[in-house]
Amino acid sequence: MVSVKAKKLAPTDGMLSRHAAAPAASGWADVARASARARLETVGAPQRRDEYWSFTNPTRFVSDQPTAAQPLVTDEAAIFADADALVLTFVDGVFDAAQSGDLSVEGLEIQSLTDALGTDIHWAKDLFGVLEERGQNPVPRELAMLNTAVATQGFVLRATKPVARPVRFNYVQSSDTSDAVMHSLVKVDAGASLTVLESGTVAARCNTVMEIDIADNGEFHHVRAQGRAHDRQVFTAMFARLGKESVYKSFTLSMNGVLTRNEQVVEFTGDDAMAHVAGTCVGQGDFHHDDTVFVTHDAVNCESRQVFKKVLKSGATGVFQGKILVKKGAQKTDGYQISQGLLLDDEVNFLAKPELEIYADDVICSHGSTSGGLDTTGLFYLLSRGVPRPAATNMLVIAFMDEAVQEIADDTLADEMRAHIAGWLDRHSEG
Amino acid sequence: MLEIKNLHVKLAEEDKVILKGVDLTVEAGKVHAIMGPNGSGKSTLSYVLAGRDGYEVTDGSAALSGVDLLDLEPEERASEGLFLAFQYPVEIPGVGNMTFLRTAVNAQRKARGEAELTAGEFLKVVREKAKSLKIDAEMLKRPVNVGFSGGEKKRNEILQMAMLEPKMCILDETDSGLDVDAMKLVSDGVNALRDEGRAFLVITHYQRLLDHIKPDVVHIMADGRIVKTGGPELALEVEQNGYADILSEVA
Repeated sequence: MVSVKAKKLAPTDGMLSRHAAAPAASGWADVARASARARLETVGAPQRRDEYWSFTNPTRFVSDQPTAAQPLVTDEAAIFADADALVLTFVDGVFDAAQSGDLSVEGLEIQSLTDALGTDIHWAKDLFGVLEERGQNPVPRELAMLNTAVATQGFVLRATKPVARPVRFNYVQSSDTSDAVMHSLVKVDAGASLTVLESGTVAARCNTVMEIDIADNGEFHHVRAQGRAHDRQVFTAMFARLGKESVYKSFTLSMNGVLTRNEQVVEFTGDDAMAHVAGTCVGQGDFHHDDTVFVTHDAVNCESRQVFKKVLKSGATGVFQGKILVKKGAQKTDGYQISQGLLLDDEVNFLAKPELEIYADDVICSHGSTSGGLDTTGLFYLLSRGVPRPAATNMLVIAFMDEAVQEIADDTLADEMRAHIAGWLDRHSEG
Repeated sequence: MLEIKNLHVKLAEEDKVILKGVDLTVEAGKVHAIMGPNGSGKSTLSYVLAGRDGYEVTDGSAALSGVDLLDLEPEERASEGLFLAFQYPVEIPGVGNMTFLRTAVNAQRKARGEAELTAGEFLKVVREKAKSLKIDAEMLKRPVNVGFSGGEKKRNEILQMAMLEPKMCILDETDSGLDVDAMKLVSDGVNALRDEGRAFLVITHYQRLLDHIKPDVVHIMADGRIVKTGGPELALEVEQNGYADILSEVA
């Protein structure tokens, strides 16, 4: 009889060895890598019986090979094309300098992770794997450990002042069996700001981690439109640490995808800071989308918001696991969390696990989770104007998703997300 | 124009009968008003005509220019020329007012076999009509009814009516939540649409709206029936004496 522990440990060798070993020159990262490797070998692989994997089966993240996924073929206009961003193109998760922009941007130190690893001394040493490791307690995040242990692709960004130009990670999937691991670092210095955009399918299977360290008065904005190649398997984790009076805003749009797990681990360490984590998704059939969020308040007078809206149709599954932890002394915390499923028929599943854990007595925390069908009054209103039923349904879906889209600070980017959603709905509606 | 005969309606989910034999004919070019105490069935009548779910017609008929309304979907009734101005217009975040209006106008034109308006043609018409209702470009751009005041929502309803050019307009307590100035603006908008080929059914609690939108005929509705019909003076009588006198008279 194989013990539970042995079952959890068995896949880790394979997980670690299937990715090429890191370059030997990566001196500054060696400690973090070795630590991550050792942690993974101790904890083992994620499995269904783990508390935070009970709604999403991790098998395909652990298996030797990704499930084959055809790249998306589309003639749509590229997303974020108007944003005048510095474009970093990755093909199957590997940086492609030829398809990327000139890396000189005012106020920004920027380097590929591969190049950074080849440097003897680097500021990244104090961030690489550091927030990831902090985020392992109390809930282990095994896939993020794996990522730190093996990743050689990704980017290292440091904003030293407010950076006007966004940086866009432009993902291009080329192979239907690609298996990518990317690890990026973002350091926002005191008073600096940076916007990061992400778009496209990274690979057939991907594991991407981003660690974001925001110093006092710093600001970080993140808008992501995840890849729509339907069969791709996506694991992402963002680990953010917020200093005093800093701002962290992250928004994710997902349309299509048989397996998506987006984790967000946010920690307030300075007072008067703000973190808004939002996401909306729409999918049908074997679509499975999981948002797992953990916000830790360990400072005074910070505001956190989690807004997740999932539109599910014909067999689709939406998962939300969100936690607000308010530590002792984190007074005047304002924590808010809402997760909602719009169930367009009876065949879908919306699984929500909202959690609050509070050890301070002067806080405002609220959470809500609902699931239901289309707003019948709204539907009648639109139909009574002569709007055909499929178009009326789409308008109400857009209205439902919009609460999350409104979390994007930049109106132009928000409108672009709206147009992207409307386009998808048009293509997927009956009649 | 609108012909309602012996209309009986109950709630679909329960055995509550709301309309108990409504007979009403509204001729083209006329404005009819329906007044009545709370719970008399006024709003239900408007919902049933527009095709809202949740009601079951157990007897009677309703036709618009000879077309049986009760067999049609709400969007088909709209294309036939029926319009209901809502008491509580619905907010649709994320959908621009213009996008919504253009979708509605062109869907109706398409359903009637007419050519759809191009973006340019539509813009020209909507700007002109919005101006007379004091709806500015900003309000046209905003999501449908989101963040609108009570008066702005009602003006937006009238703008939709002006754009869709229906034959039969039903106004369900359009005066609710309006101050005097807003009521004047909304009424002017309605009056501008009065036309020989168009009829109105104005549902209201109060006579004051009828000072601005002058009715040809006034009906009093009570307990699911029209119990009395008269001229504009009937509305004044209600304003002065309430419904009690009329109800005891017909009881």
